[in-house]
Amino acid sequence: MTPQTLSPLLSILPILPLAGAAINGFFGRQSSKKTISAVALFFCGAAFAVALVVAFSFSSADAPYSFPLAHWIRSGSFSVDFEFYLDQLSLVMLLVVTGVGFLIHIYSVGYMWDDDGFYRFMSYLNLFMFFMLTLILAKNYLVMFIGWEGVGLASYLLIGFWFTKDSAASAGKKAFITNRVGDFGFLIALFLMIKHFHSLDFTKVFEQVHTWPTEAAGVGTLTAIGLLLMVGAAGKSAQIPLYVWLPDAMEGPTPVSALIHAATMVTAGVYMVARSHVIFEHAPNAMLVVAIIGTLTALFAATIGIAQTDIKKVLAYSTVSQLGYMFMACGVAAFSAGIFHLMTHAFFKGLLFLAAGSVIHGVGGEQDMRKMGGLRTYMPWTFLTMSIATFAIAGFPPLAGFFSKDEILWKAYSSEYGSWVFWLIGVTTAFITSFYMFRLWFMTFFGDYRGATAPDTHGHSDHGHGHDHGHDPHESPWVMLGPLVVLAFLSVVGGWVGIGGRFEHFLAPVFQSGGEIAAETGEAASKVTEYILMGISVAAAVLGFLLAWTLYISRPQLPARIAESLGGLYKAVSNKYYIDELYAILFIKPVIDGSTDILWHGVDQGAIDATVNNTATAARHVSDEVRHMQSGNLRSYAGWVAAGGALVIAYMVWMGVR
Amino acid sequence: MIPLSYYLVLSGILFTCGVLGFLIKRNIITIFMSIELMLNGVNLSFVAFAAHWHALSGQVFVFFVMVVAAAEAAVGLAIIIAVYRTRETLNVDQVNLLKL
Amino acid sequence: MLHLILFLFFGAICVAGAINLLVQSHPINSALSLIVVMASLAAEYLLLGAEFVAAVQVIVYAGAIMVLFLITIMLLNAGKEERTNGSRVATLLGVPGVVVGAVLVAWTLIHRSDMGSVSIGALPGEPKDIARLLFHDFLLPFEVTSVLILIAIMGAVVLASRPDAVARPHPTAPVRHEEHELVAAGKDHE
Repeated sequence: MTPQTLSPLLSILPILPLAGAAINGFFGRQSSKKTISAVALFFCGAAFAVALVVAFSFSSADAPYSFPLAHWIRSGSFSVDFEFYLDQLSLVMLLVVTGVGFLIHIYSVGYMWDDDGFYRFMSYLNLFMFFMLTLILAKNYLVMFIGWEGVGLASYLLIGFWFTKDSAASAGKKAFITNRVGDFGFLIALFLMIKHFHSLDFTKVFEQVHTWPTEAAGVGTLTAIGLLLMVGAAGKSAQIPLYVWLPDAMEGPTPVSALIHAATMVTAGVYMVARSHVIFEHAPNAMLVVAIIGTLTALFAATIGIAQTDIKKVLAYSTVSQLGYMFMACGVAAFSAGIFHLMTHAFFKGLLFLAAGSVIHGVGGEQDMRKMGGLRTYMPWTFLTMSIATFAIAGFPPLAGFFSKDEILWKAYSSEYGSWVFWLIGVTTAFITSFYMFRLWFMTFFGDYRGATAPDTHGHSDHGHGHDHGHDPHESPWVMLGPLVVLAFLSVVGGWVGIGGRFEHFLAPVFQSGGEIAAETGEAASKVTEYILMGISVAAAVLGFLLAWTLYISRPQLPARIAESLGGLYKAVSNKYYIDELYAILFIKPVIDGSTDILWHGVDQGAIDATVNNTATAARHVSDEVRHMQSGNLRSYAGWVAAGGALVIAYMVWMGVR
Repeated sequence: MIPLSYYLVLSGILFTCGVLGFLIKRNIITIFMSIELMLNGVNLSFVAFAAHWHALSGQVFVFFVMVVAAAEAAVGLAIIIAVYRTRETLNVDQVNLLKL
Repeated sequence: MLHLILFLFFGAICVAGAINLLVQSHPINSALSLIVVMASLAAEYLLLGAEFVAAVQVIVYAGAIMVLFLITIMLLNAGKEERTNGSRVATLLGVPGVVVGAVLVAWTLIHRSDMGSVSIGALPGEPKDIARLLFHDFLLPFEVTSVLILIAIMGAVVLASRPDAVARPHPTAPVRHEEHELVAAGKDHE
């Protein structure tokens, strides 16, 4: 198919879920749940089908395709239009987003069936899909920013879905505001781009960047743009220092965590950095910062994940850590490796969250792992799929996670922007990842069931369960298990596209310079190194498994003793290093106090209200004085007239004399 | 032959006395008479200028001024009578219902 | 020379009368002073050669208007003025203002040397010429003033009449209507 036939397909691709969102949003309240789910699934499925058609008719030779839709801004020499862009990178993202998104839609129908706001939920999910697709398909930064903001909005709506709960509403606000801080950086980067390149279009900007010299030595405009883009990405993809919203975002329903905070939205930052690879390659210092932030975040979040007891919080910190891996990859110019990991991560992390949702659903709303255990007999399918995902994320071959994570670690070591420090931290993090994931696995599915069997366990965080279980945990319905199975299958085979560098080769036209860098490392001597490093990372994964086994199966009394002996350190880790409290003191409290004292009392009440009120009071006082002229006394009137007449005469005399 | 300004000064004196009477006196009728005095002063000025420029229309204007003064005096006195009937006083300071 | 003496003589009487008007406390005395002023003004007009105006001044002003004033004063039994505290504005602001204005005007007039002079009996023309002007060039103002006088008369009658002498809407207005009709019918009969 030619671009001409692709064009209408691509144009309607984002509109489909938007239509679904609109229909469910306006008419959902009076529709039946069957209708609502049919509408939502139809439009999302249609989007997925269109994406598949586009994928099949995509030909690398003709790529990239551009599809102008409509004029937008025309201001002198600066213009921005609504345009869509399809190249290998957006195609990969498109398939991941629509595919995983569709599976999660199906899952949500089952998970949220009993909720009163069912129609709202499906409408918001579709809305999110629309914005995410806009983000992916954008041809210029401004349309991407529309999608960027839109997914932030959808995230806010969905995190705070149970808005009557204080913690959920606050979590939604926290996500949005933290995102906003990142967006500020993004916007400044856009302004710099407009100033220096007079355009926001990808092709035009990158053309011009190519003509600029690489800013190897110091700091220049490109470095500034790169750093600011990274600030935006850090906000959206939950990296240091703007990661604090992601663990709180677990207040939302589990499908939301799976879709937005694992598979798609948080990857928007990675996508954006990958898309802007030209800028980063010309600003090595910015890329170094990206790598450092990614690596540190990976390690940092992993350490916090060790001590969490809420199953979703463990997965949240795991997401932050895995995103750190992706940024580490981008930071060493291994962009295709980062995207590869993005794809496999979408599969297994999405699966992990959905399975966790199934577990929570099965035990009647309980999310604390200390109250779970031995669930493998009660929920065999959930157990099977979640195990596949756990082994995948730990990096056991031949599952998907092994291929992508290993690719990143190898590139971190061997790329000309990388160093053994990144690799070492990466391997350590892989060990820790394996440990806490297997800790979760053992605590949830093995041992004896420690949860309450009475029906008073519902009413915990996930309110999607109106029916009482009352008795033992049970397996979830097939509408929820189906997507789990599909994602498990993908977690197994998803990594095999990376064997032999096929995935990298596919994305090579997008990352031309990245392809060159990859080619440099393909020598025989380094092949041995590569296999040695591969072995070390697998060993790290196995070590993590063994440690988790020891602490949670064979010697379950050890964790408590270790925690005791570590004392303050353990407390700090389990309290997330008190970062939230630190931010509260450093940033939030001053802003709130400043707003209250200066802006509210000072400016609004003191200046603006005072001006208005005082004007009125002044008018009253003036008229109070002036009204004494109206005395009703004839002679005073005459006196005033005489005085005025004298003034006029004086003036005329003066004019005449002059 | 006397300068025209003498006549005008006299007219001015009369006018000033009229205004002073208006300001100082308390009886409404006396105030009215001060108004007539003012008008007379103006009449003198008109006739003086008419004599200076040998134009008869100054006299005609004086004529009209007198007519208007007469009409005004008639109506004004009628008003004074009406006010006297209601307020029982001719003191202008006590006719101040319009006081705020 | 004669002109000057006569002018000053009558001017002095004029000013004396004006000041007397201000000084006197009984309105009758003020009215009589005003008559004196008007008479001396008539003499001044004669000096200027405006005989007709002088005559009209005496007849209309002194003869009719001042008589009206006197009638009103006697009708209302106006007595001596009481001392009430009037308006501070009038005394503090108005009087100095007027004085200042007058001084300024006088000063201006005296300092202008190019104003020319008037000779005794300078105004030309007989009453015939005035009549020609009045009924020819100024016919419209003349007619308008006659209407003005008519309105003044009516207004004065209405304003000054006793309250019960004016036709008021009666509760038995319809009966009055019939009365009118009967009267009219009666008239027709006759």
